[in-house]
Amino acid sequence: MASDGVKSPYLRGVIDGLPFLAVVIPFALLFGVVSREAGLTIIESLSFSVVVIAGASQFTALQLMSDNAPTFVALASALAVNLRMAMYSAAMTPHLGHLPVWKRALVSYFLVDQTYALGALEFERRSMGLSEKFAYFMGTVTPICLPWYAATLLGAWAGAAIPTDTGLDFAVPVAFLAMIGPMLRTPAHIAAAFVAASMSLAFAWLPYNLGLITGGIVGMIAGARVELLMERRAAKTDPETAT
Amino acid sequence: MIETTTLWTVILGLGAGSFGLRFVFLGLVGDRPLPPWLLRHLRYTAAAILPALVAPLVVWPRATEGEVDPVRLSTAFVTLAVAYVTHNVLAAMGAGVATLVAGIYVLG
Repeated sequence: MASDGVKSPYLRGVIDGLPFLAVVIPFALLFGVVSREAGLTIIESLSFSVVVIAGASQFTALQLMSDNAPTFVALASALAVNLRMAMYSAAMTPHLGHLPVWKRALVSYFLVDQTYALGALEFERRSMGLSEKFAYFMGTVTPICLPWYAATLLGAWAGAAIPTDTGLDFAVPVAFLAMIGPMLRTPAHIAAAFVAASMSLAFAWLPYNLGLITGGIVGMIAGARVELLMERRAAKTDPETAT
Repeated sequence: MIETTTLWTVILGLGAGSFGLRFVFLGLVGDRPLPPWLLRHLRYTAAAILPALVAPLVVWPRATEGEVDPVRLSTAFVTLAVAYVTHNVLAAMGAGVATLVAGIYVLG
C-alpha cells in the first residue's frame, strides 16, 4: 500500500483511506441533495448521516419513506441492507475484541464498508499490537467517515438551489445500480440479485412494499443455495479441497 | 412529504439497529465463530435487497407515473453494465447520468 514506509499507524490509516474520498464525497453530496428534495431540513439530513452513517441504507430508507411505505417496512428494508455489518463486526473481533468497551463501541460506530475493508486487509498482512491496530483503524476513519458528514451538509445546503425537474428522480436508482455492479462477484451473488429483482417485480402487487421484503429474502436464500451447490461441485471435482 | 414522526422513528431506529449490528460480535458475542449457515445468508443480504429495491423503480419509474420508459430502462442497463465490468462506481454513475441526459434530450 501507499503507506508502507510510514511509521505512525494512525497516519498509515489516513493515507490508506484517502483514495476513498473520491467515492464518499459524491455519495454524501447526493444524499444531501436527494434528502432535501424529499423534504428534509438541513438538520434532518445531517442527523441522518451522523446517526446512521451507512450510505446504501440511508438511500433505501429515504426512497421508501418518499414512497409512503409504512415505517416498519422502511426500517426493516434499510436494516436488511446493513445486515452485512454483523459480518464485519465478527471479522474485527479477533483483532480489536480486547479493547476497552468504549473503544469497541467507537470502532463499531465507525465500522463501514471501507474502514472494514482496509482494517481487514492491514491486520492480515502486518503484525501489529492492539493499540496500533486501533490507531490504524481510527486513521482510516478520518478521511472516510468525517467527510461523510461534511459532504452531506454541503449537499443538503446546495440541494435547495437545484430545480426538481432535472431527472433527479432517477439519481437514486442510478446510484444503487452502480453499487450493485461490483457486488456481483460470484455466480451466487448474481443469482441472489437476479432472483431478488424478479421476485420483487412479481410480488410488487403486495401491499406495504412487502414485495421488496419477499424479493430480498428469496434472493438471499437463492444466493446461499447456489453457494452450497458450487461448493459441492468443487468438492466433487477436487476432493482435496473438500471441507 | 415525509412526516416528522416517521422520519425520526426511522433515523433513530435505523441508527440504533445499525449500531447493534456493528457491535453485536465486537462488543457482545466476542471471539466465537458464527455458524456457517448464518454467514452464508448474511453474505447475500446486500446483493439481494438492493436489486429488489431498485427493480420496480427501474421498470415503473415515478417520473412517468409507472409507465415503462425506454430512456430509464437503457440508463439502468448502461449503469449496471459499466459497474459490473469496471467495478468503478463513479464511472458507472457517470455513464448512467450521461445516458439519461442524452435520452431525455433526444426523446424528450
